[in-house]
Amino acid sequence: MMEIGLNHYLVLSTILFSIGLVGVIRRKNLLMLFFATEILLNSVNISFAAISHFYGDLTGQMFAFFVIAIAASEVAVGLGLLIVWHKRHGNIDLEQMSTMRG
Amino acid sequence: MFEAIAFYLFAFLTISMFYITVTTSQALYALAALAAGMIFISAFFFILGADFLGAIQIVVYSGAVMALYAFGMMFFDTTRDIKEKQGNRAIVFGLSTIAATLVVVIFAAPMVSNNITALYPIIEGAGNTQQVGMVLFTKYLVPFEVAAVMLLVAMIAGIVLAGKKMDLSLTLMSDDEVMKLKNEQNKKVLL
Repeated sequence: MMEIGLNHYLVLSTILFSIGLVGVIRRKNLLMLFFATEILLNSVNISFAAISHFYGDLTGQMFAFFVIAIAASEVAVGLGLLIVWHKRHGNIDLEQMSTMRG
Repeated sequence: MFEAIAFYLFAFLTISMFYITVTTSQALYALAALAAGMIFISAFFFILGADFLGAIQIVVYSGAVMALYAFGMMFFDTTRDIKEKQGNRAIVFGLSTIAATLVVVIFAAPMVSNNITALYPIIEGAGNTQQVGMVLFTKYLVPFEVAAVMLLVAMIAGIVLAGKKMDLSLTLMSDDEVMKLKNEQNKKVLL
């Protein structure tokens, strides 16, 4: 119980990932959807760092760096697109973005 | 002992913060809770001995990403309450089942295959930042450069998308058009 092993971190990562997944499924507002994706990426980072620590391997940390870089660029491009959409339509609801529905 | 206390404390804090982020109906609360959760996550990196990763987490997330979100929220109507999606129950149930199955597979995989060996073992007598530098600039140099180019592309894309009149090119326009544009802007300033 008092000894923190790899499984503790993996369970924590799973819980955070489920919270993010619930956010992705439930949210209607696109900004909130972005927040949920950030949670998903961060939960994966925790498990990468934990595996890197417990196996004595630096590859996990490297992958976590690249995940952070991808998250940063995703935010930049996503917010730019969101601003363009908001200028044209005046809202950022996910329900309104179904123009390609047949 | 202290590691266990720190782990459980920060696990509780992180989970509660992210729960607030996902469930609250106020965008501002969600933003604040997300920023707090990001900082608490960096605590795990410090516990795990990944000091450089923890510092990067604080700098990138609570510095850059949160500032970007706060900036983006000024464009949107955040005073209005966020409506929740009343989606199809079957789809939600199916996706949750798939996610749970995936989780079980992910848990079972390390237990099935116990022959994982370290590709780039941690070097003795070097700090975490030094080790990261050694691996990043030898084995992962090409992905590092590709990530740098990707960040540059994302920055330019953000500027072009969010900026005003970015679809016009001053070098491709004739002098008359440029003068017309300038007069329009002056008129706007006077009004």
